[in-house]
Amino acid sequence: MNNKPSKYSIVSLVRNALNYHQNWQEAWRSPEPKKEYDVIIVGAGGHGLATAYYLAKEHGVTDIAVLEKGWLGGGNTGRNTTIIRSNYLWDESAAIYEHALKLYEGLSQELNYNIMLSQRGVLNLAHNLHDLRELSRRVNAIRLNGVDSEILTTEQVKAMVPIMNTSPHSRYPVLGASLQRRGGTARHDAVAWGFARGADARGVDIIQNCEVTGIKRNGAGVEGVQTSRGFIKAKKIGVVAAGHSSVLADMVGLRLPIESHPLQALVSEPIKPVLDTVVMSAAVHVYVSQSDKGELVIGAGIDSYNSYAQRGSFQVVQHQIGALLELFPIFSRLRMLRQWGGIVDVCPDASPIISKTPIKGLYFNCGWGTGGFKTTPGSGWVFAHTIAQDRPHRLNEPYNLERFSTAYLIDEHGAAAVAH
Amino acid sequence: MLLIKCPWCGDRDEHEFSYGGEAHIVRPRDPEKLTDDQWADYLFMRKNPKGAHLERWVHAHGCRRWFNVERDTVTHAITAVYKMNEKPPRSSKT
Amino acid sequence: MSQQTYRLAVGGHIDRTRPLSFDFNGKRYGGYVGDTLASALLANGVHLVGRSYKYHRPRGVLSAGSEEPNALVQHGTGGATDPNFRATQVELYDELVAASQNCWPSVSFDLGAVNSLFSRVLPAGFYYKTFMWPKAFWKYYEYVIRRAAGLGRAPDAPDPAYYDNMHVHCEVLVVGGGVTGLAAALSAARADARVILADEQCEFGGGLLGAGEQIDGMSTDEWVAQAVAELASMKQVTLLPRSTVIGYFDHNFLTIAERIQDHLGPMGTPDKARQRLWKVRAKQVVLATGAHERPMVFKNNDRPGIMLASAAQTYVNRFAVKPGNNVVFFTNNDSAYGAALTLAEAGIKVAAVLDVRAQPTGRLATKVRDRGIEILGRHAIAAAMGKKRVSAVEVMMLNESADRLIGTARKIACDLVCMSAGWSPAVHLFSQSRGKLKYDANRSCFVPGDSVQAERSAGAANGTFSLAACIVEGHEAGLAAATDAGYNKNASVPKAPVRQEIEEAPVDPLWLVPAKAGEHTNKHFVDFQNDVTAADVVLAAREGYRSVEHLKRYTTMGMGTDQGKTSNVNALAIFGQVLGSDIPDVGTTTFRPPYTPVTFGVLVGRDVGELADPVRRTPMHQWHESKGAKFEDVGQWRRPWYYPLPGESMQDAVNRECLATRKAIGILDASTLGKIDIRGPHAAEFLDRIYTNGWKKLAIGRCRYGVMCGEDGMVFDDGVTARLGENHYWMTTTTGNAARVLAWLEEWLQTEWPELKVYCNSMTEHWATASVAGPLARKLVAKLTSDIDFDPDNFPFMSCREGAVAGIPARVFRISFTGELSFEINVRSSCGRALWNTLMTVGEQYGITPFGTEAMHVLRAEKGFIIAGQETDGTVTPIDLGLEPMVSKRKDFIGKRSLSRPDTQREDRKQLVGLLPVDAREVLPEGSQIVEKVDDKPPVPMIGHVTSSYYSAYLERSIALALIKRGRSRHGETVQVPLEDKVVPAKISAPQFYDPEGVRING
Repeated sequence: MNNKPSKYSIVSLVRNALNYHQNWQEAWRSPEPKKEYDVIIVGAGGHGLATAYYLAKEHGVTDIAVLEKGWLGGGNTGRNTTIIRSNYLWDESAAIYEHALKLYEGLSQELNYNIMLSQRGVLNLAHNLHDLRELSRRVNAIRLNGVDSEILTTEQVKAMVPIMNTSPHSRYPVLGASLQRRGGTARHDAVAWGFARGADARGVDIIQNCEVTGIKRNGAGVEGVQTSRGFIKAKKIGVVAAGHSSVLADMVGLRLPIESHPLQALVSEPIKPVLDTVVMSAAVHVYVSQSDKGELVIGAGIDSYNSYAQRGSFQVVQHQIGALLELFPIFSRLRMLRQWGGIVDVCPDASPIISKTPIKGLYFNCGWGTGGFKTTPGSGWVFAHTIAQDRPHRLNEPYNLERFSTAYLIDEHGAAAVAH
Repeated sequence: MLLIKCPWCGDRDEHEFSYGGEAHIVRPRDPEKLTDDQWADYLFMRKNPKGAHLERWVHAHGCRRWFNVERDTVTHAITAVYKMNEKPPRSSKT
Repeated sequence: MSQQTYRLAVGGHIDRTRPLSFDFNGKRYGGYVGDTLASALLANGVHLVGRSYKYHRPRGVLSAGSEEPNALVQHGTGGATDPNFRATQVELYDELVAASQNCWPSVSFDLGAVNSLFSRVLPAGFYYKTFMWPKAFWKYYEYVIRRAAGLGRAPDAPDPAYYDNMHVHCEVLVVGGGVTGLAAALSAARADARVILADEQCEFGGGLLGAGEQIDGMSTDEWVAQAVAELASMKQVTLLPRSTVIGYFDHNFLTIAERIQDHLGPMGTPDKARQRLWKVRAKQVVLATGAHERPMVFKNNDRPGIMLASAAQTYVNRFAVKPGNNVVFFTNNDSAYGAALTLAEAGIKVAAVLDVRAQPTGRLATKVRDRGIEILGRHAIAAAMGKKRVSAVEVMMLNESADRLIGTARKIACDLVCMSAGWSPAVHLFSQSRGKLKYDANRSCFVPGDSVQAERSAGAANGTFSLAACIVEGHEAGLAAATDAGYNKNASVPKAPVRQEIEEAPVDPLWLVPAKAGEHTNKHFVDFQNDVTAADVVLAAREGYRSVEHLKRYTTMGMGTDQGKTSNVNALAIFGQVLGSDIPDVGTTTFRPPYTPVTFGVLVGRDVGELADPVRRTPMHQWHESKGAKFEDVGQWRRPWYYPLPGESMQDAVNRECLATRKAIGILDASTLGKIDIRGPHAAEFLDRIYTNGWKKLAIGRCRYGVMCGEDGMVFDDGVTARLGENHYWMTTTTGNAARVLAWLEEWLQTEWPELKVYCNSMTEHWATASVAGPLARKLVAKLTSDIDFDPDNFPFMSCREGAVAGIPARVFRISFTGELSFEINVRSSCGRALWNTLMTVGEQYGITPFGTEAMHVLRAEKGFIIAGQETDGTVTPIDLGLEPMVSKRKDFIGKRSLSRPDTQREDRKQLVGLLPVDAREVLPEGSQIVEKVDDKPPVPMIGHVTSSYYSAYLERSIALALIKRGRSRHGETVQVPLEDKVVPAKISAPQFYDPEGVRING
């Protein structure tokens, strides 16, 4: 079944304007669930929707339901700080994040939905000699992996971001930075909506307000899911439910090396453009960019405790803003407009799990921590492959569950800030 | 910001404490006898429940004592505080 | 200066004896103390204040409070400018400067308004549908979009003001100082509870300030004054005007942003904080936050001169301003009739009152009718006319079901439209407290459901709109809160205030005035600030964005600086109509902190600049500074990096420091190293479990180097630990890890091994450490010490002694991080500088040379000593580092089991090696990656990286340490190091370059 959507373009916009936009079709349907599907994807976030989209497009699997307990794109997809980059240290990470970035670069056209990919560069700041050393290690590795990355001096940083306090007397002096020019931001909701529309057009049923309450096993495999809207059969189930992965895993007695934590973010009131680049500082835990609407989008750190509450503690935000003001003193009089929280799955090595499980037909994609949004298309792409072929793609082979026993970890914490 | 009742110091703001993750994970007596999977289970696998969670906190900027807390991971309500050598409250499912 | 032609001669809370002048858009105006910028502008007849976000439509003042979506201004100039200030909240001060935003060249003639012409092509979410072709062009489209977006401008210099934070506890926090809040605060305080009463306005009274009603036979002004006077007289009460409760967090933690002196001008009084953040832990909270009046949604309802009925009433009563001369009211409830009476009494011509209800019968309606004012039942405004100011309205009748306009249109001239579509309780804080809202169909509004935290809502915030009921509800809530907080249950109950009840007719919701036949609702504004129209809401539903969160995100409804305070309920009601759902089924979007936008500066308070993060300095710091040392940050410490002499480059200085240490004597301030005092009968057993090597046989007075791992087997820290007594050890850690190591030790002791009697204490800041290294070190130290025998046989390497150095009690450790004969002298911190001075003075004859961390790095790298955090990164085992002899096979230790997992036993792990560039002058950059051979086609397989790299003056060549796959078995082989502009070949070696036999350790 193919649902031909309205083609989006300036021409269609003008044509529809003539009749006051009364003829736009639904971007996606809101169907009733069928009794059975070939594949069920649990979680209609960006990753889940991308998985369904690529299953349909790349693997010809179209009898798919994407089940969502709330509204599509309502989890971390709609709560992150929209940063996209692929400047990761380890080969395994570079490969999958770069694959995702490449997909992002063509995604607006591929999906016929403007995701507003804005490649205006991501700066990672170094504030001490240790940072500089780590930065250089990272940039060298990234370049040898064929990904764009360069090192900037303090003066070059200042030229790019004139409002930054680069004084040597700052509490966090800027000694340099790495820059990935192809990094930037994308409109997070649009990524979910674009994939939803694309998947729906290929026949995928996206079923919102449908909570999975149990996973039924059948011998060594799975038979389907119990939901708030009844039992739905499927022999393959892919779980992409960031935040709630442990809850889903618990339904089949699977233990995961995951903890759920609040991750907070906030925006300022909109102001005229002052910041054209994404600025990140791992050492002082700040990341900030300015959206096309003019809001400063600011990421805070992870709250230390386990939580499913989509809210964190005030002092985390307070600490973040302290560091932000040290870097950008002119932000002091600007005002915080809105703060919120998401629930992130955190893995011990700060890398995801995209894996088969000991249960046949059950696949998990989780543990993205704070890095999920930037891999959305890449994650969906490899997860679709894993589900369709029942074996991982080369890119996600390292991201298996067994690595926690073998110790083949992909430690992306970055080196600890320690020195003599 | 949580209000945590340190068993020694009483009610204090969360920022005086550090979090120590899931409680009652006992270090295996003889690690060398464990399989890699069993060792990985001790090292990495966590219950991470949605609801009542038994967890450890330390009054890092206070008396520096560790203790256990039963806290709901959805409401953040703290339902019990007990010392390291004490058993979890009976109400707890875990 | 322009005349205040719309100012009433009498009344209001303004002080006519204190005139002020101000500047708006470059023009001078007059006002009075007590005015807001909005009231002063209206007094001068200025309605056009700003331009909207998307279509740049002219906008005026909608409200009189913090819910204002339209009247946003740029306040002040330079480093003290504030974007997006709501004119309705800016208290007027002399010489205030403000300007309209988001318009060019002027608010009256704004070129951006060209967007309005294309508005039909720019519906909600239009940008998702276009700007995709050609692909490369998005960045140009985006450039234009970015410059068009945004509202005000950021300051162009650092903030001259400073901010405070305050922590406070109370029994009852009352939020909102209107009639309900005052009543609640009074009853709670009379019960002796500690009460904080916070209100966002500059004076208490809330909605009463504009209402002009009677309580207890008093005017509302008198009643408020009396209540405030009583509260002010009670020591258990803290009154916080100009203080907005912005956040309601877990465990009854709330934040209040107090604007201490914004009303005094951008600079205020320099010795006071500009704003203060109160962090309140309240036992009980009373939410008396009032309600927001809703606008009517009709065509061109956004024109300047169209405002909320209650706002118009407030401008008359509180500010003595006539917002117009000729007004049309449009309402669906009785409250607007009170406003109509107020305006009529102020001499404003009320042209008509349009009521959605067929037969407005309430008492106030009757009074209005009795004044001879025309009331048109079941009528609506079909459209407003005028562009920069409303000039007339087109009035039509509604059909029975209010979904169609019928009859012929009648035009009524006016310069002011007052609208009221009912009231929405300000449930924001209740919602933030995790409470669930419920929809009250009778009152057509969301009201608080069950409390989740120790909180209760009262008055208008609870959906109770009549004055009399508010007083009673407030009183009861305050008393109950005090009681629940454990306070006097027998407090004298003040008599319930008496007031004649005004009989009110129920509200009749009309969420959207239908478009005229053949027209559309694309000029019916729902969200004024973000230019979201009813048509946009309909479009979102049509396109399948069926969740209220999708609606918000797709249309940007409720996402402006007002966060939809006036628009949200209208929007979701219209959305519900389109979807065929009831309002409660549509639900609301989540209310998030802050209630109103809050300055970043006040959130941080004093923790900026110097105080952003404490800087730690050693007792010898000033000496280093006086010698012109360059410093590096290590953790929070500031350590001397090198000591350049005049004319020396960094490399010159480091070379000199290294050579002096190798050839004579160098001195390092090692005070920053972590020092942990460990005592107890089981201390040796404990160290055995923590460190990879064995500790039980260490003799008293001896030292040993130890490495500790995490339970994952990865190196976590290292350092020398000495045994000072039978049950007494002295552990040193790396500078950056000191606190973490102490926490680590405590965690194991308290949580896993409580049976071990061991006690740990941080000594880092109690002791200062001077490390004297070099062949002449012994001479110097011996010369200053009489009670320690420095004979090498009696004071061997890796041992420690106590004695007096330079007359100061000291612990002297004979350990070495440089490979030279070396003594670490530890004295009480207070004596650190004295020790250092003496060492420098007496050491002069030996050529003593202070060296910094850079020389220390070179010297230790020449010896192949690792630095945890530089040679290690959390993925390196002790075996990888070549420390296998230190990894005990006989005992268990933290992390041991992890070393026998498949990956940690892999043969191709990266191992620590030395690396010597073939060109001895070439110093490899640290962090360089290492490859077998250079291939210009990525990805190029990497086999390791350079962890440390220096020029060694002593060896007269470059040296490096590296982690390389199978490195230990590859000594002598050549690998390639690709740099930015070239490839450097380098030879793998053992990681020791200097004195591998270790003979220098004896001097």
